[in-house]
Amino acid sequence: MTTTPLRPPRTADHLDLLESHAIFILREVIAECERPVLLFSGGKDSAVLLHLAVKAFAPQQLPFPVMHIDTGQNFPEVLAFRDAVVASIGARLIVAKVQDSIDRGKVADPGPMGSRNRLQTVTLLDAITEHHFDAAFGGARRDEDKARAKERILSFRDAFGQWDPRQQRPELWQLYQGKVNPGEHLRAFPLSDWTELDIWQYIEREEMALPTIYFAHERDVVLRDDMWLAVGPFVEPREGEVVERRMVRFRTVGDANCTGAVDSSADTLETVIDEVAIANVSERGATRADDRFSETAMEDRKREGYF
Amino acid sequence: MRVVAKDLLRLATIGSVDDGKSTLIGRLLVDTRQLFDDQLDAVVAASEKRGVGDLDLSFVTDGLRAEREQGITIDVAYRYAATPTRKFIIADCPGHVQYTRNMATGASTADLALVVLDVAHGLKEQTRRHLCIAALLGVHTLVVAVNKLDEVNWSQVAFQAVVDEIATIARDLEFGALTIIPVSALLGDNVVDQSSNTPWYEGPTVLDALEQSDAGAWTRSGHGARLPIQWVLRQPGGGRTYAGMINGDSLHVGDAVTLLPANIESTITAIHTGIGGCLEARVGLSVDVAISDETDAGRGDLLATAPLPTVTKEFAATICWFGDKPLVPGQRLRLKHTTKVTPTRVVAIEGVVDIATLEVNGSAELTTNQIGLATLQTADPLVVDAYRDNRVTGSFVLIDEVTNATVAAGMVGRASFL
Repeated sequence: MTTTPLRPPRTADHLDLLESHAIFILREVIAECERPVLLFSGGKDSAVLLHLAVKAFAPQQLPFPVMHIDTGQNFPEVLAFRDAVVASIGARLIVAKVQDSIDRGKVADPGPMGSRNRLQTVTLLDAITEHHFDAAFGGARRDEDKARAKERILSFRDAFGQWDPRQQRPELWQLYQGKVNPGEHLRAFPLSDWTELDIWQYIEREEMALPTIYFAHERDVVLRDDMWLAVGPFVEPREGEVVERRMVRFRTVGDANCTGAVDSSADTLETVIDEVAIANVSERGATRADDRFSETAMEDRKREGYF
Repeated sequence: MRVVAKDLLRLATIGSVDDGKSTLIGRLLVDTRQLFDDQLDAVVAASEKRGVGDLDLSFVTDGLRAEREQGITIDVAYRYAATPTRKFIIADCPGHVQYTRNMATGASTADLALVVLDVAHGLKEQTRRHLCIAALLGVHTLVVAVNKLDEVNWSQVAFQAVVDEIATIARDLEFGALTIIPVSALLGDNVVDQSSNTPWYEGPTVLDALEQSDAGAWTRSGHGARLPIQWVLRQPGGGRTYAGMINGDSLHVGDAVTLLPANIESTITAIHTGIGGCLEARVGLSVDVAISDETDAGRGDLLATAPLPTVTKEFAATICWFGDKPLVPGQRLRLKHTTKVTPTRVVAIEGVVDIATLEVNGSAELTTNQIGLATLQTADPLVVDAYRDNRVTGSFVLIDEVTNATVAAGMVGRASFL
């Protein structure tokens, strides 16, 4: 730890404090729980989370595995990024596949074009049970959604994986307490207090790599539900839809068939940050079909055990 | 636009049902352009659906289905705002007495309490109760928005009547800083923009007051640096460093420190933070440090600079009890203090605090949502400061041994106003 040059004292800024809080949470959960896992999708938030986890325990190896809930409807660029990051830090990667849940008959097959978004919950909960995980780190942020805005940093899940928003444990000071009984588990959200802009500024500060789809590129898209969906194996143009080639980027990364692209010419971190700073539509509102079902779509899914 | 260094202020909102607390937060977010268009559209849609007019700003923070249906706030909603120099973490706290645990959750880490009350009703019982809890939790700064001035025709007389009431309770509860502002959360007067309806008021707007207050106060005490050890990191070559978050005061390379409870004196030889090796680390930073002496220090131990904390297995504490059944003498629980968890037993309950009078009345038990004074004994020694000296090393939670639920917030010692 003495090999890096010493920095002159300076006042801690908001990124230092957010980073420190997240590292504190990561270390508390590791100390209090028996078998944690970090949920990693290859998206920007989980990339920041993994980056922080590596920092929290350096120079030691990451003391827990990384798990991807794989819907099988990913962007190939994101899978490539996932594998590259995991290899570079020498972490153990567990891939839990929604396809396996379908093959075992645990969930109905929505068809090749159908959304597997909600099915992920079953795969996630089964994987947590199978591996006896008692804590799962997630990259969710409270600024994303009004149900998330209500959730504790350490969020208790009962033996059925359910979140009960009316019976959350008090979470006083920074006394995060992670004890659960067998079969129950915790979700831990170290990025709770970060905003989308904080995430991007931190990525720039730390010079982190990201999947290329976050930056402006040309792509064939169709307009559906007011969103540009990328034409590919999981999205075929429907009757009446016109395929256009546009300069776009993705603000969030979910399944290829429910994540919309936005028109953008931001092809560097600097220009992306400029764009995020003046955006007037939220990232989930702009790009996520999965949140548009109802006023409480996220709360309803979270109650079932969603991320 | 490049990254501009911002500091970070944590604030909790306090106020009685219907005084307009959520509306004020909604207004603050709308007027500082922190709310996206689609989120605003959703609020409008929810307002129309429930027939409460064009825009019920409380729907900005009341995000749960049950909250929207019942029109009450059940749990804390966290919201974020930023100005060019400051990031705000806003904990919008519920008002109902049965959700006191959630209000305490929001206020425990607050640098500042933003109080909202209705000018026509003044300080309600519930607001008094919350002010008392905020004071007990060590919140130092109060910003009070006296709301609904539009409903009393912007009357300075009506405002002044409430000001005197607030000043009295702020003095009784020993808050350090107090700003009282006449506002209309509904119309936005004096929230972000100065109002032309209150020419008799020359003080700051709510946003001004939030921008000018002391940020990061809650973990800073000026009463010695404290590093509760979370984790030991093994370094290449065989050395060890101790990881944790600094509170109380800055820690420097070369500082004389004492490892507690073992009481071993040593010196900080290196500090490592998120941006690399440092000579100094400020309060609120996660670090790992090396010390000059080999020890078997581990999680639950604490490194401190003078003035040193106390090592104890029995101490007096102020308890906010959230359990369903009463807390009684002899009861066994688990206690978490800094990074240490130990069994504990209630030796005695000295009394219960009357929120209205701040008197301590004799009582043999604490019922749900009561605040009282008790003596606790722990199986392992704790390294504590009085809560009034340090909100991190002076605080603890009590945990039910069977359900693992957090059933109490505890503070070492007793507030001077009790």
